[in-house]
Amino acid sequence: MMTAPASTLTVDLTQRFPGIVSADARPGYSGFIVEKDSLIEVATAIRDEFGFDLLTAVTGVDYFPDKMEVVYHAYKTTGGPGLVFRVQVPRVDPIEVPSLINVYPGADLQEREAWDLMGIKFTGHPDLRRILMWEGFEGHPLRKDWKEPFYEEDAKPFKSRWPDGRFTMAEDKNPFKDNLKFPQDFDPEKWTPDNDESLYQTLKRYTVKDEDGLETDRIVVNMGPQHPSTHGVFRAAIMLDGETIVGLKPVVGYLHRNHDKIGERNTFLQNMPYTDRLDYFNSMSNNLGYAIAVEKLMNIPVAERADYIRVIMAELSRIQNHLVFVGMLLNDLGAMYTPALYAFEERELILDIFEAVAGSRMMCNYLRFGGVVRDVPPYVLQKIKDLVFDRLPAKTDEFERLLSENEVLVSRLKGVKVLDAETAVRYSVTGPVLRAAGVPYDLRRADPYSVYDRFDFDVAVRPNGDMYDNYAIRIDEIRQSLRILQQAVKQIPDGPINSQKPQYQVRVPAGESYGRIESPKGELAFYVVSNGKPNPWRYHVRPASFVNITALEKMCIGTKIADFVALLGMLDIVMGELDR
Amino acid sequence: MDNEKLSLPQYDIPDDVQNAVAITTLDRLYNWGRRSSVWPLMFGLACCAIEMIAAQAARYDMARFGMEVMRPTPRQADLMLVSGTVTKKMVPSIVRLWNQMPEPKYCVAMGACASGGGPFKEGYNVVAGIDKLIPVDVYIPGCPPTPQALIAGLIKLQQKIDKQSLRKVHWYRKGPDVMEIPVPILGPDLIDPRRNAEIKSAAAALATKESA
Repeated sequence: MMTAPASTLTVDLTQRFPGIVSADARPGYSGFIVEKDSLIEVATAIRDEFGFDLLTAVTGVDYFPDKMEVVYHAYKTTGGPGLVFRVQVPRVDPIEVPSLINVYPGADLQEREAWDLMGIKFTGHPDLRRILMWEGFEGHPLRKDWKEPFYEEDAKPFKSRWPDGRFTMAEDKNPFKDNLKFPQDFDPEKWTPDNDESLYQTLKRYTVKDEDGLETDRIVVNMGPQHPSTHGVFRAAIMLDGETIVGLKPVVGYLHRNHDKIGERNTFLQNMPYTDRLDYFNSMSNNLGYAIAVEKLMNIPVAERADYIRVIMAELSRIQNHLVFVGMLLNDLGAMYTPALYAFEERELILDIFEAVAGSRMMCNYLRFGGVVRDVPPYVLQKIKDLVFDRLPAKTDEFERLLSENEVLVSRLKGVKVLDAETAVRYSVTGPVLRAAGVPYDLRRADPYSVYDRFDFDVAVRPNGDMYDNYAIRIDEIRQSLRILQQAVKQIPDGPINSQKPQYQVRVPAGESYGRIESPKGELAFYVVSNGKPNPWRYHVRPASFVNITALEKMCIGTKIADFVALLGMLDIVMGELDR
Repeated sequence: MDNEKLSLPQYDIPDDVQNAVAITTLDRLYNWGRRSSVWPLMFGLACCAIEMIAAQAARYDMARFGMEVMRPTPRQADLMLVSGTVTKKMVPSIVRLWNQMPEPKYCVAMGACASGGGPFKEGYNVVAGIDKLIPVDVYIPGCPPTPQALIAGLIKLQQKIDKQSLRKVHWYRKGPDVMEIPVPILGPDLIDPRRNAEIKSAAAALATKESA
């Protein structure tokens, strides 16, 4: 079944702002083009008058050689289709666009990313530093005229790899014999590295004098990138006054694997296995998000049986993600290993199913445009039934019995504030963290995709937004996922598993599409621009983890350093997705 | 001397102490102690780290090989499991961690990315394999390697430890520790200080090529 493309016809911005806003008339595109100078005014109206309170994605597109475009996707937390608005500027440096950080604070890190990778200067942004690369890096890599050191051709598969039937090495073609690129006449001995000076400079604004004019000593503590509880290579530079956090800057990019740039040279299908490696706990969900984005663009239906298989796999993946979340959270809180070992025991059983259908435990690469790659054999379906009817409900009860009323856990978590609803929405936080703050915003209900509208389930919501609610909502979601699974395995129809013929290269008409799903960590969206060629012109991932950490600073200021690890754990970040 | 001979030194044990005395070599004893308590650094880079955790968990249980004690500090670790894509931004920290580990130390490149860049090799922020900077003892293929493959790789490492001899290992030799690796610098691109001259001449060649 097809999900309706996000329509913007319900809102007519052109009447409200004649002469400033015009409808995007390019074929395959939707939304509005806003004049650069009036962007803040229009965005404020979109938020306040039209009610689009959640700005989910901000990204740049390089329409080489004439234009640079910034695309904004705004949604209502009450549900419904979204609004796309964009700004176009001539592609001449300096490329300047007003920053929306005062209207939508959630734009903060995404604007920094657009500056880092595309070189779009957001005027009015208070801390426009590079985010994924380091200060001092040469160039803006996502620009179309920026070539990688190992650049060979614009599109894969490269013919140059096998010129006369013999392979060539990328290393031999590069003047530095490695994946390196230096400006002409560069002398490494004369180089002075930034050494995070600019980062510490921005932390300095937290230094304040007290009433007597005395400057209290503040210490900067760096947590990460190698820290046992930062869930990978995350780093936070924290400014402390005694034990209280007074300033915090997330430093990311330590796992920046150039997903977008590689994706723009891959063919559409070649990107599927790369999406596995975004949020490496949930490769099935990532596949689903990408498949939905491209299917929207191709305008093809999905085979019904395949849609059920997709839902089953995505929900199984959500269950194992939340199990690992609970295990790892307890690990972070000091209950070393035991809960994590329980969680991994169940996770292995779910991975067995992934391995049986896709051939790999973690990197499934299972979905295809229009369906899935292989059918689920009857014995695997039986295994899934055993899991979702017997084993997992019993184990969830066991988890709850062990943890939810555990006195130590409850007194550690109850009443420790994470986020309130208003701040969460302002900072574009999505997923369980938003729902634990009392906002019932779940894309499976708010903007249904796949066959989720056929199942009977509740959107898990908790009212308080404290740590306990953030923990408990994961258990609630496991129960709801089990409900969906129980219905799905009963209802799954027979039939073909793909509406298309198996093919290595798909024809994707020109246009843009924004496919989003409720991944276990929040809203995962893929923004794909095609110009009719075999590879996407722009391929952008809007990861839940990355946007969610925008609120980290807000969450942590005023709390004790001892709570930092737990607060970070609540966001359930995964670095593969955060840094891409 | 090969392994078999090490464990059978061919000494006759007198009958009266037959079950009270065992004879072995010092190397054998020393290596037995080391190979049965290889403590990895608690250090995960990417996807492979999750399989590393899975290998620690109940089903695969690396504790069977004495490898369950993950140390969060490099000062107490014997083994660096490079579990994931090595990026240019991260590699100075990795080299620093490696330099902080005391000898004897080993490095295992887990998965395609750590071995040679893997699917992300062409990326502008990716170092094509940790062996560009750190000497690697065992490479484990896979993306990610299954826990079984990881354990197979670690058994390979144990076999390597078994073959080392006290008389030859470099960490008991006199003289300065030459094993310290210069930490790369984040410049316009990643600068490996050992290759400064090479970079300078190649960059100069670029300029002459441009003007020609």
